[in-house]
Amino acid sequence: MNRTAYSPLIFELSKEGRKACQIPSPDVDDAFSSLPADLMRDSEPRLPQVDELTVTRHYTNVSTNNFGVDTGFYPLGSCTMKYNPKINEEIAASRVFGSLHPLQPAATVQGALKAYDTLQQMLCEIGGMSRFTLNPYAGAHGELTGLLVIRAYHESRGDVKRTKVIVPDSAHGTNPASAAVAGLKVVEVKSLPDGTVDVEALAPLLDDTVAAMMMTNPNTTGTFESSVSEIARMVHDCGGLMYYDGANLNPLLGVARPGDMGFDVMHINLHKTFSTPHGGGGPGSGPVGVRSGLEQFLPCPRVVKDAQGKYDVEWDAPESLGRVSCFLGNFSVELKALAYILSLGAEAIAMAGPLATLNANYVKHSLKDLYKVAIDRVCKHEFVFDGLIDKSTGVTTLDVAKRLLDYGFHAPTIYFPLLFHESLMIEPTETESIETLDNFIYAMREIAREAVETPDVVKLAPLFTPVGRPDDTKAALNPVTSFYDL
Amino acid sequence: MIHRYFPHTQADIDAMLARCGVSSLDDLNADVPEELRLRRPYELPAQMSEHEVREYFEALEKECTPLTCFAGAGYYDHYTPAVVTALASRSEFVTAYTPYQPEISQGTLQYIFEYQTMMAELTGLPVSNASMYDGTTAVAEAMMMTVAAARKRNKVLVSATLLPAYRRVMDTYAHFHGIELVTIPEKDGVTDFAALGGLLTADVAGVIVATPNCHGILEDLTGVADKCHAAKALLVVSSPASTLGVIKNPCEWGADIAAGEAQSLGMPLSFGGPYLGYMCCTKALMRKLPGRIVGATEDARGRRVFVLTLQAREQHIRRDKATSNICSNQGLMALYAAIYLSTVGSEGLKEVNRAGCDGAHYLAARLEAEGVAKLRYPAAPYLNEMELEVDGDAQAFIEYAAGHGFLAGVATSPSSILVAVTEKRSRTQIDRLVELFVSFFKASKS
Repeated sequence: MNRTAYSPLIFELSKEGRKACQIPSPDVDDAFSSLPADLMRDSEPRLPQVDELTVTRHYTNVSTNNFGVDTGFYPLGSCTMKYNPKINEEIAASRVFGSLHPLQPAATVQGALKAYDTLQQMLCEIGGMSRFTLNPYAGAHGELTGLLVIRAYHESRGDVKRTKVIVPDSAHGTNPASAAVAGLKVVEVKSLPDGTVDVEALAPLLDDTVAAMMMTNPNTTGTFESSVSEIARMVHDCGGLMYYDGANLNPLLGVARPGDMGFDVMHINLHKTFSTPHGGGGPGSGPVGVRSGLEQFLPCPRVVKDAQGKYDVEWDAPESLGRVSCFLGNFSVELKALAYILSLGAEAIAMAGPLATLNANYVKHSLKDLYKVAIDRVCKHEFVFDGLIDKSTGVTTLDVAKRLLDYGFHAPTIYFPLLFHESLMIEPTETESIETLDNFIYAMREIAREAVETPDVVKLAPLFTPVGRPDDTKAALNPVTSFYDL
Repeated sequence: MIHRYFPHTQADIDAMLARCGVSSLDDLNADVPEELRLRRPYELPAQMSEHEVREYFEALEKECTPLTCFAGAGYYDHYTPAVVTALASRSEFVTAYTPYQPEISQGTLQYIFEYQTMMAELTGLPVSNASMYDGTTAVAEAMMMTVAAARKRNKVLVSATLLPAYRRVMDTYAHFHGIELVTIPEKDGVTDFAALGGLLTADVAGVIVATPNCHGILEDLTGVADKCHAAKALLVVSSPASTLGVIKNPCEWGADIAAGEAQSLGMPLSFGGPYLGYMCCTKALMRKLPGRIVGATEDARGRRVFVLTLQAREQHIRRDKATSNICSNQGLMALYAAIYLSTVGSEGLKEVNRAGCDGAHYLAARLEAEGVAKLRYPAAPYLNEMELEVDGDAQAFIEYAAGHGFLAGVATSPSSILVAVTEKRSRTQIDRLVELFVSFFKASKS
């Protein structure tokens, strides 16, 4: 990426009268000019006026201000920044799939419906579930959908008093937020010092108002919740359901399945575990799976297959929670995930989890003499340092993260989970080599040395990035969100 | 090597295990209770070479039939200039995460800032978020936003002329979120605003209308905002983004929030996604807006830079008190929109609308002249999409046309079809569609 930032905005390259396109026209009589003037806009939108090369150079240069997985190591905890295979992109860019309208007759989209159904079934095998919907657009959207499945289930039994969702204090922020959108009240359960759910603290929270318990396993400290079966039993005994937040599913590939742990409903982030790119924030995909007995509550539309092997779209179903998306989700993202599973196959996909766990433990063991291990247990795909061991010079986790940028790495997730003051959460993923990890370890060790010997260098970091630390306070005090407000 | 995506050699694995003080990969999962361990192979296909993967998908493609598209219903077959796809496919954009480290994410932050500016220009409303999943969820979020902004009002009025997909998603969110949705009836194909006065009770937080509506008709929203505001309700207007280049925009109608689908800005139909939800609002509502927002500021070296701002609204800070549970945006699709709008500009956007409008009116006139279809609402103004009444089975006709390589539209009743024309449809294609109408409906009559 660039050492100095490319900074013009496209609006600053605009010149009256330029354009970068030729729009086709049907060569028929003008009707447009006869539209009622009072329904048409008064002034033209101030969009850029540029030629094609200017657009090309601009966005090419803008892209070089960015760091991606293709640029370098991205150990961002809970985000699973694994390699995004190129073949997946090629398949998703298919002109055939790209041209399909969501409402065209099912007979003309059999291949697309088959892709959807095949991926759905593969996720069932991996998650230990009975049926998946691929309709939710992202992880948080999947959480919401999964919680609505749970609400629809309770409603179907006339059990309307279940309004509580139990969420560990280590949970991703989306868990409580999704519960609130689903119309449920959040009750937090404390974690033990080892980061796992305090089963004794959980027991008194369980009553006939509990709709569900949401858990991430391994949790956000990277620790496997060994009591998960007992927790599931307790929640089931009080009539609640178990929800699995699939953000941390990656280390379980080849190791264990949420369905076997007692989870009733789960979501998967295809953009984490199944290698689809994060795209700077999206499009993601958040399929939701349910165990046997809950399938009827999944959203519509659904893909169904008849006895002759013909696929169709089911638009309505009596017990379905309804619709959460315009159609069958982010279809081209689903294609990428399917390509990934096919590329790996049964054997290699079962190695993804163990290798991700190996990489994380390797990094942890290589740095534990300089950074404070938050939880002294074997970790899964990620782990948390509670900052430097030697904090005497006042170097914080934020400083360490910013200094890492100077060394050419993306920073880990910082100040999350909230259980520790100086959380530094590292997830290397299975696609990184020992050489890359060693380079990262070297940088982290150098930063720890600098923190003692030349702490100001670390506190002023980053020094070599395209731009320096931004003034967040100024941004929030008087928000400027558009070029014309600058 | 185990697989081309894993760099680990056996020697690497051995060295790493030694550093961890264990002797096997299995030892690192000793904390997973044995009864939970998966001790069998996955029932999945064996691994494929890249060539085999490609062939697998080519076979699936062969089981699909691309059609010359006259269907719309919210999703349109517009032309995507080659620069849009080429630039948006750059891996620096594609393989980045959310721009949480602004020092090395100015690329993402800058294009979102440009996108926000363009959406603010199209809708006329000054504050845009960084985008939402799609139009249906964006409008559902707008519905929840009106309730969150109002305090102690939990009713939202929604026009009967919203597209069914939007209404269905809103119904789901409203049901579980405890919002009462009340339908404003339609009359002659447009929202019956005469009924609005009686519906605007003191518990109404918001009013949601769409233009062009589910019949393709341009709604006249004169005076609607005043009525809403007099009742202390917020007005939400939803339009396909590309139409906002020419039609009166939400700001000009007096709306407080604009939310809808931006797939029409050069994104492929892609069998339903990924699409792009947009959402803009007045400055007064800025802190109630869901999703990410990018703002301009200065860095430590005094240069203009961009950051995620107003994060105190969001789930990672506010958790269950957040304005929404949305944690991402539709980053790459926002990039698509920004590059598309830079490429076509306001002039090109007008040409896109003009071409579709002219083509649609030509098609309707020809069908009426042939006596095979007539406009369901002949007096109503429409842009590039219209509802046609046919004397016969609409769905059967769509299947028939599909057999001839045409997607004739979307059946809206047993005897009506919603048909859309974009700039991609040539006069020859329109004439061919007319022939299909003629051959099907005249034959079925005789």
